[in-house]
Amino acid sequence: MESIYLTIALAPLIGAIIAGLFGKQIGRAGAHSVTILGVAISCALSFYVFKDLVFDGGAIFNGAVYTWAVSDGIRFEVGFLIDNLTAMMMVVVTFVSLMVHIYTIGYMADDDGYQRFFSYISLFTFSMLMLVMANNFMQLFFGWEAVGLVSYLLIGFWFKKETAIYANLKAFLVNRVGDFGFILGIALVLMYFNSLDYRDVFSASGHMANVTIQVIPGVDWSLMTVICILLFIGAMGKSAQVPLHVWLPDSMEGPTPISALIHAATMVTAGVFMVARMSPLYEMSETALSFVMIIGAVTALFMGFLGIIQNDIKRVVAYSTLSQLGYMVVGLGASAYAAGIFHLMTHAFFKALLFLAAGSVIIAMHHEQDIRKMGGLRKYMPITYITSLIGSLALIGFPGFSGFFSKDSIIEAVHASDITGSGFAYFAVLAGVFITALYSFRMFFIVFHGKERMDAHTKSHLHESPLVVTLPLILLAIPSVVIGYMTIGSMLFGDFFKDSITVFSQHDVLGKVGEGFDGALGFITHGVMGPAFWLAMAGVATAYYIFMMKPEIADNIKQRFHFIYDLLDNKYYADDFNDKVFASGSRGVGKLLWKVGDENIIDGMVVNGSAKTVGWVSGIIRHMQTGYLYTYAFVMIFGLCGLLSYLLFG
Amino acid sequence: MSVDVKEFIPLMPEIFLLSMACIILIVDLYLSDANRSITYGLSVISLAITGLITFQLMPTSPEVVLAGTFVSDQMSAVLKMFVYLVTAIVMVYSGKYLKDRSIYKGEFFVLVLFGVLGMMVMISAHSMLTIYLGLELLSLCLYALVAMHRDSMNATEAAMKYFILGALASGLLLYGMSMLYGASGTLDLGELAKFIAAGDQTDLVLLMGAVFVVVGLAFKLGAVPFHMWVPDVYHGSPTATTLFIGTAPKLAGFAMIMRLLVEGMGDLHAHWQEYLIILAVLSMVIGNVIAIAQTNLKRMLAYSTIAHMGFVLLGILAGNEQGYSAAMFYTIAYAIMGLGGFGMILLLSRKGFEAEDLNDFKGLNDRSPWFAFMMLIFLFSMAGVPPTLGFYAKLAVLQAVVNIEMVWLAIVAVIFSIVGAFYYLRAVKIMYFDKAEDHSPITSSADMRATLSANGLLVVALGIYPSGLIALCVQVFS
Repeated sequence: MESIYLTIALAPLIGAIIAGLFGKQIGRAGAHSVTILGVAISCALSFYVFKDLVFDGGAIFNGAVYTWAVSDGIRFEVGFLIDNLTAMMMVVVTFVSLMVHIYTIGYMADDDGYQRFFSYISLFTFSMLMLVMANNFMQLFFGWEAVGLVSYLLIGFWFKKETAIYANLKAFLVNRVGDFGFILGIALVLMYFNSLDYRDVFSASGHMANVTIQVIPGVDWSLMTVICILLFIGAMGKSAQVPLHVWLPDSMEGPTPISALIHAATMVTAGVFMVARMSPLYEMSETALSFVMIIGAVTALFMGFLGIIQNDIKRVVAYSTLSQLGYMVVGLGASAYAAGIFHLMTHAFFKALLFLAAGSVIIAMHHEQDIRKMGGLRKYMPITYITSLIGSLALIGFPGFSGFFSKDSIIEAVHASDITGSGFAYFAVLAGVFITALYSFRMFFIVFHGKERMDAHTKSHLHESPLVVTLPLILLAIPSVVIGYMTIGSMLFGDFFKDSITVFSQHDVLGKVGEGFDGALGFITHGVMGPAFWLAMAGVATAYYIFMMKPEIADNIKQRFHFIYDLLDNKYYADDFNDKVFASGSRGVGKLLWKVGDENIIDGMVVNGSAKTVGWVSGIIRHMQTGYLYTYAFVMIFGLCGLLSYLLFG
Repeated sequence: MSVDVKEFIPLMPEIFLLSMACIILIVDLYLSDANRSITYGLSVISLAITGLITFQLMPTSPEVVLAGTFVSDQMSAVLKMFVYLVTAIVMVYSGKYLKDRSIYKGEFFVLVLFGVLGMMVMISAHSMLTIYLGLELLSLCLYALVAMHRDSMNATEAAMKYFILGALASGLLLYGMSMLYGASGTLDLGELAKFIAAGDQTDLVLLMGAVFVVVGLAFKLGAVPFHMWVPDVYHGSPTATTLFIGTAPKLAGFAMIMRLLVEGMGDLHAHWQEYLIILAVLSMVIGNVIAIAQTNLKRMLAYSTIAHMGFVLLGILAGNEQGYSAAMFYTIAYAIMGLGGFGMILLLSRKGFEAEDLNDFKGLNDRSPWFAFMMLIFLFSMAGVPPTLGFYAKLAVLQAVVNIEMVWLAIVAVIFSIVGAFYYLRAVKIMYFDKAEDHSPITSSADMRATLSANGLLVVALGIYPSGLIALCVQVFS
């Protein structure tokens, strides 16, 4: 099996190397063939591993495949931990990645950077697999940074576009803030546990419950709380939680396939995966769990509001991603790790679907992304229309669709939780349901129904996208509908995660929710009677009423409550705040250090000064090399006398 | 004095090479200039067979023969084999250069072979007399090799300077040896060591003898302040000779220091360590700093050699197995890098043109990207940039110095390595970023191109997998 795991991770890497370094030689068709082949192998083998582990009762693999270095008794290894959680992530990552690879053939058909793009997304698949398959913190960090790097490269894929460069720099900087917390957390783990291996750390965590450290002298903090919060700060960066969310909307500057793959389905969920993987640590700190839950709730609700007023089709989906990530994190905070991961999985499918459908619309509209210039696309693009509808219904949690099961279970879990902040979180996730339905169907109606607002030229060219684009849509639509129904029983209330996720009995909210669970159909019946369903329906109805029947209401509200509109339109002024305080503040400090510290002291005195001195000395001493034999002999004798006098008098 | 014939077995490589050198000398008399490559072929084959013999006879424990004048041990076998290898490569690199200057004569090969014989004697010496014998044999060959190009003023001047200063240094060395003999009454290095261990280690005659010996050794290696001959000789000699002087004799010089100081005067370590510290620091400082002011590549490499020898001395002065093996590793690494550096000058030289100025390397990347890359590797390796051989060589020496708790010495070494990096990187900059002035194609032979490429790749390969060579050097002293 070990060689299979290695193949899964390395096949996309080999594809990426070939497409990246030999892109010119193998051409466009060669580049997409080789990368798709690599990812397809990975995907097929991931399904095999999943089947072996889940259905055939294969053993969990946890071991090193390569020891990179041993220093002071600490082993730095590349190793795999393959359990149900990992296997599920592998299947999701490789499947979505494969779909996106195929889709890209159509989406990027006219782009000059074709081979480069395929190389990047394959490299991403490799990095993400390394991240989820890791059995130690070092490899986790490697994958973490590698996906960040590829994300950076892909956001700035069109590197001649000013806004794209701004966006990737922003993503890079914001993620540095998160990663700083993350690496501090890992350092603390290394310091106290003396190992980076998950197994060692988890098994020793029990002894660490009462250890305290003093970050600020004189104040004792629980070690586990500090570690968990630091690690979670990393997750906040990667999974775009408030206040480190600002990079994700801007990341939409990148090509749509990567918005689907990286900024919706996989990379941004790495934080959620990481927290679930670290559940034995998080369980030990209720403070950290509350922190996680509140951050998630704030993200879920307030990012949803922003989705309502966006007019860029991708940005609407981006804000909905932010909000859904908030849901997952709330689930984690409530100790319903399985629910968070479950939502991660369903979300990966339907959000990738929504993004790819948006991409399909964008191609048809000749790269127009403003929904105000669309409308009535239903009759031109039937497949895109139907798949979008499926994606939107899954997103708002319509009973029976995959999103319904995952979202409802998170809401129920929060309801059952009684840690600090759960009251607020429950309100936030419930209100979020209404908001989600409102913005999703606002966009859906404006794009696919109503008046056709595009110009005549675009209109004359409107047609359904080619098969390479619609096939992934269809293939993603299927799990978006059925995956929740099929898996809720085992994943949430069964023993699917029993070896991967640890939940202490006092936090076991899913157990409470599961007491009344009698099959997926029963869950649907129960859900239809709950408030979430009716809120979602109210959202859809409101969207229809406002944006289809009485559009003037929207303008009316905008004018009357313009201060709220301004607040949302400026995204709570978070960007302005960051620009003015952090960006210009650090630029100011940087400039000061540059002018005074670097130019004057280091460059002027230390670097140039010593260089000048050496050059000057060199120019002088070289004159000792006169070329006269007697000088040479004299220097030798002088040297001899020097050594002799050192012996006699030294 | 009766001598058992078996005692000659460890000398088989020397005896074979001597016979071959004489045979080649005679065969060459009957060859016309057109057939001179037969001499070349015979010389390389002789070296190869000598290598085979040496390998076959490699002893597991030291064998001292011929009344304590000759020793065969692992260090001698390894060093000798590297001498053969380096010399054979010198011959490959030199062919076209010598032909272009009409000095492609049998004398070159015969003198080189006798020089190799001298080095072998030095490497295997177990008595001060043997050392002196080998040293003189090597030196006389080198003087003649420098003067080979009789019509060149530079070469004649360099040979003259080398000869006179060499004679002076030999005199000092011999004087030192006579003092040691006077104090101890023996020429045998083993006996000398026993005498020092048993006797009075503050005996002034003994200590002064040590000073003179160190001076003689320092001259051979080219350590400051006994380095003045190095730039002039490197610069003035035909580049083929420079290539030879700059590489193989360093291995012999290292052996000579090991024999005299470590095996002969190991118990005076506290004294000679201080001298070596002075010499090493001065060499690293002067060598690196003056190299910056050079515009002639041969002179620049000459000063860089001086600095590198400072590093070798650092390893030796550590005075333990780790230091000796680090120094040996450094010497071998330097010989391999030096071959490449001077080899590049030979590669770019042609009839009537010496590519010895830094400006001759301008825009080399446009003329030949591959050989520009090879030169980059050699220069990076000399500067100690990972992942090249030079990096591990420096690292090993620095570790040895740090382990004897002379951190300040390691810091000085690192600082002046950084100073040295300047002129190596300047050469890289010239190759890659300046516009070429000379556009003539590179016309060297295929075997030289292949060997030089292999040489460059070896520097990288040994930089990535240094463990084999390091293990070899460690094993020699364990």
